[in-house]
Amino acid sequence: MSNVPDELAYSAEHEWVAGEPDAGAEVTVGITEHAAAALGDIVYVEAPRVGDTVIAGEVCGELESTKAVSELYSPVSGTVTAVNEGLESAPETINSDAYGDGWIFKVEMTETATDLLDAEAYAATIA
Amino acid sequence: MSDAILRSPLHDQHVALGATLVPFAGWEMPVRYSGDIAEHTAVRTGAGLFDLSHMGEISIRGAEAAAFLDFALVGRLSALALAGAKYTMLCTPEGGVIDDLIVYRRDHDHFVIVANASNKDVVVAELAARVQGFDASVEDISAEIALIAVQGPLAEGIVARMCVRGDDDIRAMRYYSAANVLLEGDIHAFVARTGYTGEDGFELFVGADEAAAVWELALATGAQDGIVPCGLSSRDTLRLEAGMPLYGQELTRDTTPFDAGLGRIVVFGTAAKPRGDFVGREALLKAKVEGPSRVLVGLVGDGRRAARAGYPVLDDAGVAVGTVTSGAPSPTLGRPIAMAYVPAALAEPGTVVGIDVRGRREDMTVTALPFYSRGS
Repeated sequence: MSNVPDELAYSAEHEWVAGEPDAGAEVTVGITEHAAAALGDIVYVEAPRVGDTVIAGEVCGELESTKAVSELYSPVSGTVTAVNEGLESAPETINSDAYGDGWIFKVEMTETATDLLDAEAYAATIA
Repeated sequence: MSDAILRSPLHDQHVALGATLVPFAGWEMPVRYSGDIAEHTAVRTGAGLFDLSHMGEISIRGAEAAAFLDFALVGRLSALALAGAKYTMLCTPEGGVIDDLIVYRRDHDHFVIVANASNKDVVVAELAARVQGFDASVEDISAEIALIAVQGPLAEGIVARMCVRGDDDIRAMRYYSAANVLLEGDIHAFVARTGYTGEDGFELFVGADEAAAVWELALATGAQDGIVPCGLSSRDTLRLEAGMPLYGQELTRDTTPFDAGLGRIVVFGTAAKPRGDFVGREALLKAKVEGPSRVLVGLVGDGRRAARAGYPVLDDAGVAVGTVTSGAPSPTLGRPIAMAYVPAALAEPGTVVGIDVRGRREDMTVTALPFYSRGS
């Protein structure tokens, strides 16, 4: 059973959001341990770029493992303020530390997120 | 055929090892234990242990067993030496591939065929239909047999040490041959030097009720060499690097052995070594003479986005002219690799083609197969 930290919010597409997901706030986004484990060893991350506009529920990048490729969805709407450049040379960090050093990008939110799940609700979707 | 999911006799071992189990060809099998790349690398540099119990085993016995297989398959199995193994195919009368197989000769009148799990029932039914008129029998023995593979440069030492009798046979065994040995624990095994990884290695046929003991023996014996249990995911990247076709991807009923670059396994016979009729002969002879309209090629990319099965191959004008059959980021090469069917005009090594990777073109270069050979 993979780890689902209580303090994060989650999307149905297996992204996590750290920080209050309110309009004007900056939040950090990654993929869950469950999603990383399902993909296997991640070898390439195509994240959005700083300044890109992302929209909740829409594709903003992709994650490639030896086994499969998966689209990366943005769980929130806003403007990308930072991307994790460490993933360029060490994408496997997502497998080893999905909720920490494996963060993918940060967003300054333009609207409050309304359809994120809390830890309990997300855990139920992957049980 | 029942819809019930089948479990390997090693299911409890997989669960205890923390494997991620997935549905595969009607079975629940390990896709990975520790991690795909670690498992892949273990086979390239040390040793990996695979549960292949989902594969089908079919026993062919009888005075005309060899003659029957000569008729039913595209190879000349009557020429196979005792304890020899042969890669061959079962084709339709139209020359399409029903399955690719390895046939082992256990005795003059006894062969064992290993078929893909997804095709096993079809292969059994097709062989049962073709055996009419021959003094031979076709028996599905899949449920009684477990198949365990030890693959990698350290496999020989591990498998030899697993034996109480026959370890010399293991060390002396040539590629694509086999022997009966006695393993620790008084377990009889038929061991072949075959595999699907591009590495040296062995496949051990044992009774299903002895599979757990053999698996534990392999893990314990191989511990000093760092043997790693390996799942289907690493098996797929290993075979892809080795340029080995996978049924359902490179091989289908719509492809002939010639399309797949495997025409050499179709034996038509010569004046000196004539061969009688076999199913698909006429269509395959035509395919040989006319040459394939499309060619299975290897592709290597410089980028990081990998081509995957089903992606279109594009020519310079962006027109779809072929299809990727398998693709992945190669753990050994550190670059995307793929196999694809392309028109003969684009099959020359060095030719650059485009791949439509989810709406964006990525260039890849045609390269000779395999991508990896051991010792290279």
